[in-house]
Amino acid sequence: MISLMNRVRVLRDKGVVGLNARNGLLVMPHNPRRLYPLVDDKAKTKELAIQEGIAVPELYGTVTNEYDAGQLEGMVEGKDQFVIKPAQGSGGDGIVVVAGRAGANRVRLVNGTIATFGELRHHISNTLSGQYSLGGKPDVALIEYCVEFDPLFEKVSYLGVPDIRVIVFSGVPIMAMVRLPTRQSGGKANLHQGAVGAGVDIATGVTGGGVLGNDRVDVHPDTGASIAGLQLPGWEKILALAARCYDLVGLGYLGVDIVLDRTLGPLILELNARPGLNIQIATGLGIGRRVRWVEENCESGLAVEDRVELARRNFSSASPERQIPL
Amino acid sequence: MRERRVILLAVALCVVGLGVAAYKVFSLGYPLTANATTDVWTVEARIGFTAGVGSVKVSLEIPTLTPGFTVLGENFVSPGFGFATRYTPTGRTAQWAIRKASGRQTLYYRAVVYRDPSNLQQDTTPNLPPVPVLDEPYNTAMQTLVAEVREQSADTATFAAELLRRLNEPNPAQNVDLFLSQVKTPTEKAQAAVTLLAGNRIPARLVRGLKLTEQQRNARPVPWLEVHDGDGWLYFNPDSTEQGVPEDFLFWWRGSQPLVHVEGGGDTEVRLAVQRDTTDSMSVAEARAESARSRLSKFSPMSLPIQTQSVYGLLLLIPVGSLIIVILRNVVGVKAIGTFMPVLIAIAFRETQLLSGILLFSLVVAAGLSIRFFLERLRLLLVPRLGVVLTAVVLIMLAISLLSNQLGFEVGLSISLFPMVILTMVIERMSIVWEERGANEAIQQGLGSLLMASLCYLVLGLEVLEHLVFVFPELLLVVLAITLLIGRYTGYRLTELVRFKALSTS
Repeated sequence: MISLMNRVRVLRDKGVVGLNARNGLLVMPHNPRRLYPLVDDKAKTKELAIQEGIAVPELYGTVTNEYDAGQLEGMVEGKDQFVIKPAQGSGGDGIVVVAGRAGANRVRLVNGTIATFGELRHHISNTLSGQYSLGGKPDVALIEYCVEFDPLFEKVSYLGVPDIRVIVFSGVPIMAMVRLPTRQSGGKANLHQGAVGAGVDIATGVTGGGVLGNDRVDVHPDTGASIAGLQLPGWEKILALAARCYDLVGLGYLGVDIVLDRTLGPLILELNARPGLNIQIATGLGIGRRVRWVEENCESGLAVEDRVELARRNFSSASPERQIPL
Repeated sequence: MRERRVILLAVALCVVGLGVAAYKVFSLGYPLTANATTDVWTVEARIGFTAGVGSVKVSLEIPTLTPGFTVLGENFVSPGFGFATRYTPTGRTAQWAIRKASGRQTLYYRAVVYRDPSNLQQDTTPNLPPVPVLDEPYNTAMQTLVAEVREQSADTATFAAELLRRLNEPNPAQNVDLFLSQVKTPTEKAQAAVTLLAGNRIPARLVRGLKLTEQQRNARPVPWLEVHDGDGWLYFNPDSTEQGVPEDFLFWWRGSQPLVHVEGGGDTEVRLAVQRDTTDSMSVAEARAESARSRLSKFSPMSLPIQTQSVYGLLLLIPVGSLIIVILRNVVGVKAIGTFMPVLIAIAFRETQLLSGILLFSLVVAAGLSIRFFLERLRLLLVPRLGVVLTAVVLIMLAISLLSNQLGFEVGLSISLFPMVILTMVIERMSIVWEERGANEAIQQGLGSLLMASLCYLVLGLEVLEHLVFVFPELLLVVLAITLLIGRYTGYRLTELVRFKALSTS
């Protein structure tokens, strides 16, 4: 009992946010529900981002009905790699990554299995009838560009596309991690599916130790390579991209998923109105403290560059205790 | 600000809920446990007489104002007789009448009473009686006696006490003896006391009642004296100087007239009987609420038809189940499939019992899951697929029932009470979780749901709880208040302490 109370105290001191606090103190007060469709529907997010000139993976086509599903082959003609994604999916469910062709009528999926176009069409039809959307609402499927990830991550990911998750609070990037797919996650970059998360220092863009499940890890479970000490290229640009998403959708507590493309640079993959909490384990820091710091020190209406600058100056994981006043 | 509003609302709900419940417990005597019992007495008057040649009219004095007791119910047995009750200046009379009857006749009056200390005499203040005019030498004796007693008393109570003392002296004074020479029974003594009290213009009444004991075949009515002191009634035993009423004394009728009056018949015989019983406190409380004209008794689930009552007996438990779910999810942090599915499963468990319920649930879900995995290969559209699983679930349930019927396990039959649509959704959700997050997660969530359902079953199975929410539905406001407060709980969930283990070492 006493040790439990102790644990609660330590967690609270570190500003670690639990699910109740995330929902009650971050999501509900800072994310008005009317803005949710902007991020819950990836088709809308993409449209909005393109309007604002924010880089996103190219959309090959949108499947809105069973007839369109039959046209899948035409949509991806000439493209060996592509991704099928439910527009209103959550937590990475329902995403199929096609890694290449395997004969005339078959494709190779990123997890190594072979699928026919018929199977892909069935998957899309499941998506359309709402299997992956919240509450089983009818959905649409997006067919889009499959990111060729930056060689930087080659040694620390198993299949799939690693991505960068940035938590943006009131437009200020407060925490970041890279999410590295593993064999267990089937090439997906979602932590609850078994991907590894590695904390990234906001100040420098260098990775630290990581988290697998709920445990700290320092090496990738499949490749054995160290996940710490990687310098993310163009870090300032990545932070600025994440910070701009706040202006795009207006959500005060926002998770921004960014991929690094070999040729196109950072692209916004999706936005999340209820980003998960494991980033705290990955970085070893509590979200609460940084949220409080932003609330106390940042006035609203700052330019993107100023917000990024503030974040980089104050959120260094090298000496968090000194740098982040309570 | 928002915090304070929620707390205020919660406090208000608690106050209303607990307040109404407390009123029902303390004022109306609603029992807190299901098998609480209350003592009741059945008093019976049996009137036997031989009918004459003409028409017959029988009147019986029956209880009206009964301080310390309340009448729960009464009935009259009178084969072939016309019957009516009516109020008279001294109380209430039951009247039987018949044009022609022959031979021995028997009529019954029966009343069930229970002790009710809150039932005080609600009688109007009587007028001051005129000073009786008696023949000499009684008149002078009365005046002398009244004057003497007056000298030695301060108020009505002490006057009455002093008068009775003199009437009950072993060697009474001369003027008292004059009155007592006419008196043969305690009733007549009480009647004399009434007359003498009227000599001082004090209103008094003769009352006859019964001492309620365990069982009496042939109870004798005992006279008692009621004296009004201007504020309320005082009670005296006319046969001693004892003041007050014994706890077990039921007032039956007032006035000097006999208990029964038969017109057109003879050989009248009246037998009074008393029998003590116990009855469940609930029906007594209901009757009390009704007699108190409390609106609450009208807005109680117990005023509903029996069949509807049994439905609400269950429905009223569901909010308690939802509170358990809220606690398990937001305070403990158990993962489960479907928000309130475990409550419905728990209610099905009530019919199947816990262990066989868990077994049957697992059986149906496992069978359903394997069918669902097979369907995955057929690539059906979502809604038709759900339809197939639903049909399969119904067939699985039927198969289990038939099989267990053959084998003589009765418990397998109760599976029909499982909510099949809910089971279908469980199977669908579980299979998706299975595919997307792996078998581990799916089984973990399945077990979490079962754990929740079992806990709900255990808590909802508490007889006390079932009784409490049914008799005091206002307690659900307290449940609501707690749920509201948890709605603003932003602390850690218990399982998060494990989840953030890596962070909790400083």
